[in-house]
Amino acid sequence: MPISEILFWFLSVTAVVCAMLVIASKNAVHSALFLIMTFFAIAGHYFLLNAQFLAAVHIIVYAGAIMVLFLYAVMMLNLHKDAEPGKRPLFKIAATISAGLLLLTLTVALKHSETAPVGTNLNIGTVESLGQSLFNEFLLPFEISALLFLSAMVGAVYLSKKQLS
Amino acid sequence: MPVNYYLILSAALFSIGAFGVIFRRNAIVKFMCIELMLNAVNLLMVAFSTVWGQAQGQVFVFFIMAVAAAEVAVGLAILMMIYRNLQSTDTSILSKLKW
Repeated sequence: MPISEILFWFLSVTAVVCAMLVIASKNAVHSALFLIMTFFAIAGHYFLLNAQFLAAVHIIVYAGAIMVLFLYAVMMLNLHKDAEPGKRPLFKIAATISAGLLLLTLTVALKHSETAPVGTNLNIGTVESLGQSLFNEFLLPFEISALLFLSAMVGAVYLSKKQLS
Repeated sequence: MPVNYYLILSAALFSIGAFGVIFRRNAIVKFMCIELMLNAVNLLMVAFSTVWGQAQGQVFVFFIMAVAAAEVAVGLAILMMIYRNLQSTDTSILSKLKW
């Protein structure tokens, strides 16, 4: 078994197990830490797929920025203890059945899809090729995402003001 | 690796995220599960981008990351406001629009 397959299985198992632990852990801080581990496993997948730039951006944006935001929110909301009093068992069963049916539908629908080996093209994941694509054919969406960030920033500041009126 | 393995892995991660959104009632953990679902789609996009040998899929992943960052910033601000008004982030309290 080549090293890339071993790495694929290791990262896949890590990602799925940590994703389950995100839901299973009672403490919101533990959920955030398991989510960071899932993100690192997915970043490893990006490295396996020769998407070096995206792996770096993924670690910076998700494990760096977004998770710090989450941990900061958990800290400010003071959610150390579990804030979920008794759930109805019917609700748990319904959630499990619906998610299981979703997984079943997705796997059965995708099982007979066309099989193609993942390419080993080293060039498409580099900063150069992504930059060429981003600033030539995706220039307008790039500028619009700048607008999106501006409006998100204004919205976040407006929402977190003390009194709204 | 064949791309089918990535399909199954992404489907599993997406289903776990969907399960968490239904199952948990803490709004912050719900947000984390939404991030998980976005990441499952991102992984699949990168896999297909390398299958076809084109960079567009990875550029889309880039945009999805940007939108996810903006979404988390606004969502956590809304969560802060809910917590300030209700002293809780349990989503079962927010049932005023329920019939």
